[in-house]
Amino acid sequence: MEELAQLAGGVEEIIRIDALNKWFGDFHVLRDISLRVRRGERIVICGPSGSGKSTLIRCLNGLETHQAGTVVVDGIELTGTLKSIEAVRSDIGMVFQHFNLFPHLTVLDNCTLAPIWVRKQPRARAEAAAMKFLQRVRIGDQAHKYPGQLSGGQQQRVAIARALCMTPRIMLFDEPTSALDPEMVKEVLDTMVDLAKDGMTMLCVTHEMGFARAVADRVIFMDRGEIVEEAPPIEFFANPKSARTKQFLDQILDR
Amino acid sequence: MPAPPRIHRSPVHRSVLWLRANLFSSPGNTITTLVVLGLLAWLGTRFFEWAVVNASFGKASVATCNALAGHGACWSVVANKWRQMLFGIYPQAEQWRPALAVILFCLMLVASATRSMWHARRLIALWGLGTLVCTWLMAGGLGLTPVPTALWGGLPITLMLAVFGTLLAFPLGVLLALGRRSQLPIVRAVSIVYIELIRGVPLITVLFMASIMFALFLPEGVSFDKLLRAQIAIILFNAAYIAEVVRGGLQAMPKGQYEAAHALGLGYWRTQQLVILPQALRITIPAQVNSFIDNFKDTSLVIIVSIFDFLYAVKQSVVSDLEWRHYFVEGYLFAMSIYWIFCFAMSRYSLWLESHLNREHRT
Amino acid sequence: MNMQATERLRNVLYQVALVGAIGLVAGYAAFNLIHNLESRSIRIGFSYLTREAGFEISEKLLEYDATYTYGRAFVVGLLNTLFVSAVAIVAASVLGLSVGIARLSPNWLLRQMASVFVESVRNVPLILQLLMWYGMVTELFPPAERALQLGPMFLSQRGLSLPWPEAHAGWPAALLGLVAAFVFWLIWSRRTQRLRAQTGRASAAWWPSLVAFVVLPMAGWAFMGAPTAFSMPELGGFDFEGGKNISPEFTALFVGLSIYTAAFIAEIVRGGIVAVPKGQIEAAQALNLTRAQRLRLVILPQALRVIIPPLTSQYLNLTKNSSLAVAIGYPDLVSISNTTLNQTGQAIEAIALMMAVYLTLSLAISGLMNWYNARVKLVER
Repeated sequence: MEELAQLAGGVEEIIRIDALNKWFGDFHVLRDISLRVRRGERIVICGPSGSGKSTLIRCLNGLETHQAGTVVVDGIELTGTLKSIEAVRSDIGMVFQHFNLFPHLTVLDNCTLAPIWVRKQPRARAEAAAMKFLQRVRIGDQAHKYPGQLSGGQQQRVAIARALCMTPRIMLFDEPTSALDPEMVKEVLDTMVDLAKDGMTMLCVTHEMGFARAVADRVIFMDRGEIVEEAPPIEFFANPKSARTKQFLDQILDR
Repeated sequence: MPAPPRIHRSPVHRSVLWLRANLFSSPGNTITTLVVLGLLAWLGTRFFEWAVVNASFGKASVATCNALAGHGACWSVVANKWRQMLFGIYPQAEQWRPALAVILFCLMLVASATRSMWHARRLIALWGLGTLVCTWLMAGGLGLTPVPTALWGGLPITLMLAVFGTLLAFPLGVLLALGRRSQLPIVRAVSIVYIELIRGVPLITVLFMASIMFALFLPEGVSFDKLLRAQIAIILFNAAYIAEVVRGGLQAMPKGQYEAAHALGLGYWRTQQLVILPQALRITIPAQVNSFIDNFKDTSLVIIVSIFDFLYAVKQSVVSDLEWRHYFVEGYLFAMSIYWIFCFAMSRYSLWLESHLNREHRT
Repeated sequence: MNMQATERLRNVLYQVALVGAIGLVAGYAAFNLIHNLESRSIRIGFSYLTREAGFEISEKLLEYDATYTYGRAFVVGLLNTLFVSAVAIVAASVLGLSVGIARLSPNWLLRQMASVFVESVRNVPLILQLLMWYGMVTELFPPAERALQLGPMFLSQRGLSLPWPEAHAGWPAALLGLVAAFVFWLIWSRRTQRLRAQTGRASAAWWPSLVAFVVLPMAGWAFMGAPTAFSMPELGGFDFEGGKNISPEFTALFVGLSIYTAAFIAEIVRGGIVAVPKGQIEAAQALNLTRAQRLRLVILPQALRVIIPPLTSQYLNLTKNSSLAVAIGYPDLVSISNTTLNQTGQAIEAIALMMAVYLTLSLAISGLMNWYNARVKLVER
């Protein structure tokens, strides 16, 4: 919607990552990552498991902390303090692989929880906005059901609506369709394509190359903690430059 | 390529960081740490003074302890009376026999804990043989001077009540669990009534029932040994709880197991014996160990029906002794430590089992 | 078909055999029972409940002395059991919840202290802990003549003696006022919540509830005559007369039961909180909820569902464990039934009554918790 596009304005670069390094104990999971993301850009991150792609996007909203390098989101630097994390989180929405909907609340309450308690919005306003987003992801008629009563695809769409209700400027997707049955993958991807069309800045970790081809401005390939290659999708799929990228694409696209 | 920051830290630096994260991470946390440390220091020093510094160890006399006037612990009460506390009024010269019996019990428990023993035949052989030997040690005959059960007491009685209370309750418990899941309405009704009745009432009422009502339900002149009555009560009581644990295991069995067994032509009892029970019982072993810990603690209730178990022995040797009765705290602490060692060891074992068995199932 | 018929026949035979066996045993027992009771000239029946009891009870919530009936004594014992169980359940829950949360505290010291508490208490039999508490309360406190005095209160081997208001209608009225204030607080906070949700403003209207808690009881007290007469405990001979006495038996039982059950409740609470999937916490973090909001809105509601069933069995255990009162002389149901059956010889009736009461209590507590459990269950397909 236009509201989302209007959130733009100001700095061109919405995410700036410089020399990001992270260790899990002795394991060097992110090595010298540098990345610039422009406002409204859609980035797909792919790579074999263990390459650090999920860890990278989780560093962006403070679910993981980095030991070296800088991460700046919309002008706010993540310094590890609670204040910086909270400031950044109000700009970022996240969709998880396993949905993580709150099972004891209805779909509508899931979406209005944060606007009411964090943004201190009156319930009526929060519910109206939530219904708009729920209808946007085509699940408005299930608003009063509980997550346990919905299918996986429906739950993930609710999760997307829930994140959108906090009017973020950036949406992070951590393998949003990996936990879904094949017939439900399409409904979620279609929702994400709609979102992209409205100008939302998106970083998406996924194996769905069709989605990348359709929507991405840039595809990033990560392996063993490093960014190996990044390019617009046409170039990425047609002429992969690195041998590792070629090997990965062969495995993925063979399916 | 930068190296992991961790390598640059010295042990001192690391301990400071740990302290900062775990004890002083926020103002509230710091206050909590200081308050708790203060309390610990105050209580700790006073307890240490009482229990160690001013205490009387060794076989001192009552007069020495009285002279301490409460400023120091009188561990001498334990030093003087440990025989009575552990073995009751068993003749002193023969006390090596109950001691040996206790050690044997513990060895059998440890042996049962090893995986290689988890087969019905081996367990029955182990416990059958062990029981015979222990009974011979305690009762005498065949080369050992006979000692009547009236003189038995203390820790061997506690162990016996707990161990037999579980072992002999086990078959009954399994039958009750099977009965509760049976299709036959009368069998199911009887099982449910038994289990819910026993689980709904305190152990004391069952002990009272056994010690008082057995006399009424038997023909005149036939009397039951008091100890035997208590043992039967404990067995009947534990059977209901074991039944519930086993029922949990039976419920966890996938329906496919029954279907495969029927497809092979196995009847009800064969299915249970060969397919269902071996798996179900194995799954519930951690819960069974927890159940045994509770049984072990519950044996202390027999003091109320005047059975001479470990707790009774301790109480008798200190509280009923006019001279030493002020030092019941030390006596009770001794009893607490013995119970605690057994129960803590078993609970750690149960936790280890749970994590071990879980790891196996995750294939 | 033939196989089915044989199987059905076999099932019927099994059940007939079972009924027959039970019948035989019961018959044999009944035969002996009648014979034994006859020879002791004891008649079966509950008529003994109307006979004079002839024994005193040291603590009672009802009027009672040796001239009252056995039936009355039974009721007094029952009330004592209910009372100590109820207060111990409350205390154990509060203590257990605190220790359970302390086990998950970011402060290492607090975590270790909580663990030490739980592990020490859980692995020692309750009756031993009760004997220890009772011994400490009776032996370590001074005798009544040399009681510790804290203002108008006295602490001695006879227990805690407090000044207590003389019986007057003003006090129940004050209690009623307190209950009314509680109801007002419930209604008012719900109204505040609704307003807040609708308008977004957190109204600072918490003071009406505070005022209610002060004013309403006072109003009740004043309205019924504003009684000021207190009964003060005074040393008379070897004991205190007047005022209210909290006996060492009650104290030992209450403290012992609460601490023992709290250790188990702490583990249950900890298990419940830990069982909430990590993804829930991450989702709440991603939505920028504060730690307190996460705990209140996401973690505890889900933890509660895991906690309730085992919590129920702990409450049941506590109620059954209160029967250990007989070991330290608190006149609970078991203790009084024991005295009764020793005096009258009506063992079967006394024991049957005891068991019936405990069964009813178990069913009542289970029923209540099951209802609550069903209410908070997660809705699934």
